[in-house]
Amino acid sequence: MAETMAPAKAAHGAEGSGETRRDFLMLTTGAFAAVGVGVVVWPFIHSMNPARDVLALSSTEVDLAPIAAGQAVTVMWRGKPVFVRNRTAEEVQAARATPLSELKDPAPDQGRVQRDQWLVVVGVCTHLGCVPLGQKSSDPRGDYNGWFCPCHGSHYDTSGRIRKGPAPTNLAVPEYSFTSPTQIRIG
Amino acid sequence: MAIGLHDSTISNPVIRWVDQRLPIFTMMQKEYGTFPTPRNFNYFWNFGALAMVTLMIMIATGIFLAMNYTPHTSYAFDSVERIMRDVNYGWLIRYVHMNGASMFFIVVYIHIWRGLYYGSYKAPRELLWILGVVIFLLMMATAFMGYVLPWGQMSFWGATVITNLFSAFPIVGEHIVTWLWGGFSVDNPTLNRFFSLHYLMPFVIAGVVFLHVAALHITGSNNPLGIDPKGPQDTLPFHPYYTAKDSVGLVVYFIVFAFLVFFTPNMLGHPDNYIPANPLVTPAHIVPEWYFLPFYAVLRAVPDKLGGVLLMFGSIAVLFILPWLDTSPVRSMRFRPIAKWALFLWGIAFVVLGWAGGKPAEQPYVLISQIATAYYFAYFLIILPLLGRLERPLALPESIALPVLRGGGPLPAGAMAKPMEKA
Repeated sequence: MAETMAPAKAAHGAEGSGETRRDFLMLTTGAFAAVGVGVVVWPFIHSMNPARDVLALSSTEVDLAPIAAGQAVTVMWRGKPVFVRNRTAEEVQAARATPLSELKDPAPDQGRVQRDQWLVVVGVCTHLGCVPLGQKSSDPRGDYNGWFCPCHGSHYDTSGRIRKGPAPTNLAVPEYSFTSPTQIRIG
Repeated sequence: MAIGLHDSTISNPVIRWVDQRLPIFTMMQKEYGTFPTPRNFNYFWNFGALAMVTLMIMIATGIFLAMNYTPHTSYAFDSVERIMRDVNYGWLIRYVHMNGASMFFIVVYIHIWRGLYYGSYKAPRELLWILGVVIFLLMMATAFMGYVLPWGQMSFWGATVITNLFSAFPIVGEHIVTWLWGGFSVDNPTLNRFFSLHYLMPFVIAGVVFLHVAALHITGSNNPLGIDPKGPQDTLPFHPYYTAKDSVGLVVYFIVFAFLVFFTPNMLGHPDNYIPANPLVTPAHIVPEWYFLPFYAVLRAVPDKLGGVLLMFGSIAVLFILPWLDTSPVRSMRFRPIAKWALFLWGIAFVVLGWAGGKPAEQPYVLISQIATAYYFAYFLIILPLLGRLERPLALPESIALPVLRGGGPLPAGAMAKPMEKA
C-alpha cells in the first residue's frame, strides 16, 4: 500500500518542511478531541458529587431552649455529630483564661463562638475521626473538662480545643447562625 | 536480543521494553493497524465498530447508574426518579443508557442485515456468525432485565409476561417460573437477581465480542462483492482507511443518538413505565420495548401457548443453522437475482412483524402476523435451501480490485488518487 500513499505525502511535503497544513490539522483536531472528551467525562465525574437531595439536607436546625446550662446535645448534620454545649460561666472563664501559648492549635475562645455560652463544634476527633466522649455528664471529659476521645486519648477543653494527645487541630466549628435567640441553623 | 523476548519493531524505548515482554502493541498494530481489509467496504461495514462503541457506552453509563440505583421493590422506582431529578447529570446518564439500548438494537439489526445481504454467515465465517447470534441473545436477555429495573408498570408486567413464557413447557414449566422468580410472583427476589445479572451480562457480552472479533481476524472480513481478496491489490490497511471510514459513521451515529437523548428521550419508551409497579393492576395495553416487537408478534401469531413460545425461540434458533440452510456458494446478494428479492421481502416481513407486535392482539393484526411469520420461516427453511440449487447467480467479478481499477495490477502514475475515492 505504500505506493498508493506516496503521492499524498509528496503533495503535502511540497508546501515546505517543518510546519505543514497536516500538522495544523492534527493539532486542532487533537485539541477539539481533548475538549470533547472533557465535555463527555465531566457529567460522569460530577454525577459522583453530592446530589441535590443530599445538598438539600445539608443544614440542620437546633432548638436551644431545652438545653440547660452545663448540658449538651448532639445533633446530626451532614451525617456527622455536632456538639452543641450550653457552657456555664466557669467553663467559659476556664476557656478564656488559658493563654494561647499553651495551645497546640492556638485559637482564642472568642473566635470560636458567636454567643459566649453556646459552643457549637463538629463532634469528630481531628485525629482519625472517632466521636469523643463528654456529651453526657457521666462521660469522661478528659483533663480539661471538655471532651475525651477514647480511641487514641485526645483531650479537648471547654472550647473544643486540643490540649493533649495525638489530634493535630481543634474540633472544627461548623458554619452556623442564630435564626432567633433560642434557635440556630447549622450549615 | 535476549532469549525469550518478543522481537519488537517499535522504536520508542519504553513502549519497546513493554512490547518485548508483552507484545500487545505489536498485536494492536497487526490487528488494527496494518490488518489487510478488503478495499471495497461500504458504510454497512461501520456497524460492527458502532456496536462495539455502543457496548462501551452502555457499560460506562450503567456503572454510574448503579452507583445511585437501589434494587429493592420499595426503593427502585424512587431511586430512578432521584437519578432523574437530584443526581448531577443523572438525567443525562439515564437517558443515554435508556436510548443507548435502542441504539444498540438499531445498530445490531443493521449489522445482522448486512450479514444476511452479503452472505457473511457463509463458510468460512459460520462460527463468527454463530457467535454473533449468541451476542444477540445475550443482548436481548440483558435488555429485558434492564427494563425491569426501574420497577414501573411496564417493568413489572413485562417481567411477569416474559417469565411466564416458560410456564408453557409441560410438567417443568411451573417449577422453572417459580425458580426464575424466587417466589410466587415477580417480587423483590426477582428484582434483586435481575439487577445482579443485568450488571454481569454486559461483561459476558464483552467476552463473546472478543471471540467474535478474534474469529473475524482469522477469516478476515467479508465485503460487498462476497469474493475473497486475492492479494494486496484487493486490500487496504485497516488504519487509516477504515478507522477514518468508521469515524465518519460514528459521527452520524452520535448525531442520531444525541437527537434521541436531547430532543425525544422518551419517544422509544412507554409512558406507563413512569407509573410505579402495581401487582394488582395490569396496564390496558402491554407491549415490550420496540426492539422485541417482531418476536412478540411471532409469539402472538400462534393460538397455542406452547406453540407460540417454541416458534418465538425458533425464530432466533433458526439463525444458528442459517449457514447450512443457505446452500448457495455465492455470498453477496448482488449476484443472486432471486434470493435478493426474497431477502428484501424477508426484511419487509420483519418490519411488518415489528409493527403488528405493537398492535392489540386482534384481527386483522393476528392474521398479518401469521402471514409474516410464515414468510419469516419460509425464507430460511424453504426458499434459501431451494434457491441454492435452482437459482442461476450472475457472474462474479474476478477480483475486488478489477472492476474498480480496470486491470487489477500496479496502477499507472496518473490514476493514483481517483480510484481510491471510488473504493
